[in-house]
Amino acid sequence: MTRPLLTVRDLRVSFPIRPSGAMPWTRSRLLRAVDGVDFTLPAGQTLGVVGESGCGKSTLARALIGLVPAKGRAEWIDGADLIGLSPRRMMAYRSQIQMIFQDPLASLNPRMTVGQIIAEPLATHRPDLPRAQIRDRVKAMMDRVGLLPSQINRYPHEFSGGQCQRIGIARALIVEPRLIICDEPVSALDVSIQAQVINLLMRLQADLGLSLIFIAHDLSVVRHISDRVMVLYLGKVMEIASSDDLYSNPQHPYTQALLSAVPVPDPSQDPAARIVPLRGELPSPTDPPSGCVFRTRCPRAAARCAAEVPVLAGSDHQTACHFPGPLTAQEIARARTVEAA
Amino acid sequence: MPLLRIEDLSVRFRTHDGAVQAVNNVTLSVDPGETLGIVGESGSGKSQLAFAVMGLLARNGEASGRVRLDGQDILNAPPKVINRVRAEKVAMIFQDPMTSLNPYMRVSDQMAEVLVLHKGLSKRDAVAESVRMLDAVRIPDARGRVRLYPHEFSGGMRQRVMIAMALLCRPKLLIADEPTTALDVTVQAQIMTLLADLQRDFGMAMILITHDLGVVAGACERVAVMYGGRIRELGPVGPVFADPAHPYTQGLLSAIPRIDARDDELAVIPGQPPDMSRPPPGCAFQPRCAYRRDACDDRPPLAPFAPDRWRACFAPLDELRAGTKAFP
Repeated sequence: MTRPLLTVRDLRVSFPIRPSGAMPWTRSRLLRAVDGVDFTLPAGQTLGVVGESGCGKSTLARALIGLVPAKGRAEWIDGADLIGLSPRRMMAYRSQIQMIFQDPLASLNPRMTVGQIIAEPLATHRPDLPRAQIRDRVKAMMDRVGLLPSQINRYPHEFSGGQCQRIGIARALIVEPRLIICDEPVSALDVSIQAQVINLLMRLQADLGLSLIFIAHDLSVVRHISDRVMVLYLGKVMEIASSDDLYSNPQHPYTQALLSAVPVPDPSQDPAARIVPLRGELPSPTDPPSGCVFRTRCPRAAARCAAEVPVLAGSDHQTACHFPGPLTAQEIARARTVEAA
Repeated sequence: MPLLRIEDLSVRFRTHDGAVQAVNNVTLSVDPGETLGIVGESGSGKSQLAFAVMGLLARNGEASGRVRLDGQDILNAPPKVINRVRAEKVAMIFQDPMTSLNPYMRVSDQMAEVLVLHKGLSKRDAVAESVRMLDAVRIPDARGRVRLYPHEFSGGMRQRVMIAMALLCRPKLLIADEPTTALDVTVQAQIMTLLADLQRDFGMAMILITHDLGVVAGACERVAVMYGGRIRELGPVGPVFADPAHPYTQGLLSAIPRIDARDDELAVIPGQPPDMSRPPPGCAFQPRCAYRRDACDDRPPLAPFAPDRWRACFAPLDELRAGTKAFP
């Protein structure tokens, strides 16, 4: 079996939180933003990461490229552990892992031309390249992502949101990375532009053999682009499976509730007949429930769920639940009456 | 008789780069109790249309045309009149509840203020009524939480507070501008269910402004599709989604990935939305349209073509339906 590009084991990120108005001697509490995440990413594949605000999906991305301190292991294809590498040694891997951000305009320096922005990673990672060659590469890359190479001297504000996202993609690709982490890359774009950027990402991936970690809250987009999908809740993996399997046969009650809530553009479907409501609200991440973190909102929660933390089990389709399986009509009905009360 | 009748409404803004025509000659009506969806992308004019109706345009904006609500002319009405209308007949909720609620005031104070001002209630009665309304939007422990500040609520709960506040005066029409865009899907589902229940209980009409076709499909009876400040297509949601009669509607529907199906490549509407300070001549969609023809250099009027259905397009329906020039 070929080695996966990235193997992540028990990745943890926590932030100390000081309650407001705390005295200097009060112990700060730990917010576990990412709490024991495991996954493997084969070369050339896309892993989708979904979950609601505060589930740790962006922190996970930041941990992988060393923007926040993390614990655990993240093994690159050559055997190196990316967690805890010295900044100097991390440099070598930075060119292989690039990132695309949500807000296309905010992630581009307004005082630099598009050419300078796209070339900047080359100046860091390939200082040996002569200027003429850099310019040629930048122009070729602009062409590749659907920008006019003649616009190389323009500034970001002269471009639309979709074009700015293309600039971000060009900047990420210029150093020929093997992995691109996309954090909500199309959330800020209009529907018609979103489709253009998704198609571009998928085409580039096929042409260049890239791996993607695609983080988004839009479950329909994630289904479209991902080979495998990981569902996070309060920093923990609830379920991870191939995209088709996860969407057609979700096992974890949370995944089922999450998928049921996605609006479908088909007026003949009654949302009330589809949605499995979640009771209550997301618990505070500084004080997560004991046992299974989802149990306080789960229509199937039992005594064991409060006592024992479920482990991620299964081979290809993995679920972290003591009682996995499709929700019964009875459980769905109960969830609906609890919500209405 | 319709509850709201908008006739030939246009909105323009004076800017340093010249005039921007945000809304052009929109004619629409909303029946009592009905839910109308307005969809469109950023800059399509959907929010400015609502702001004009509510009398909330920015200072450099001006509206022309006619808006009748419940038999009363309200467009550009003097502040005294429009304030009464906003108190009694129409209310609006916005995308971001945090920026629409006053962060310095307790929820009890900002909700009671509405009732004291508009209904002449005493502070004590006003707070009691506010608590009842927070109960109605299913905020748990409303009595205890009414004393909290907006930041002490989660995003979904904050949106509930804003809905409760909008409903205090029992409006006949609620305008919801992207009410769930900032929320997670499970919370979005809760809020949309809540809005549908409240609409039934209070017998109000609703205009739901959104870019999300899925939300429209689940919540609305009719939908108006806007592009470049004009309505391109108008009709009941079922027929419009099943048999879109405008190339833009068709393109939008095929450009969204579906959660209930897997497709290989998304259809794409090429190009970008128009710059409304320099709109293209004729149909604003023509530079991006696969069905473009010479006639499109003139502006297509919004015309009826089937019962309850309207479209603004010169391309023959048969050609659209055949999808021969479907988006690549």
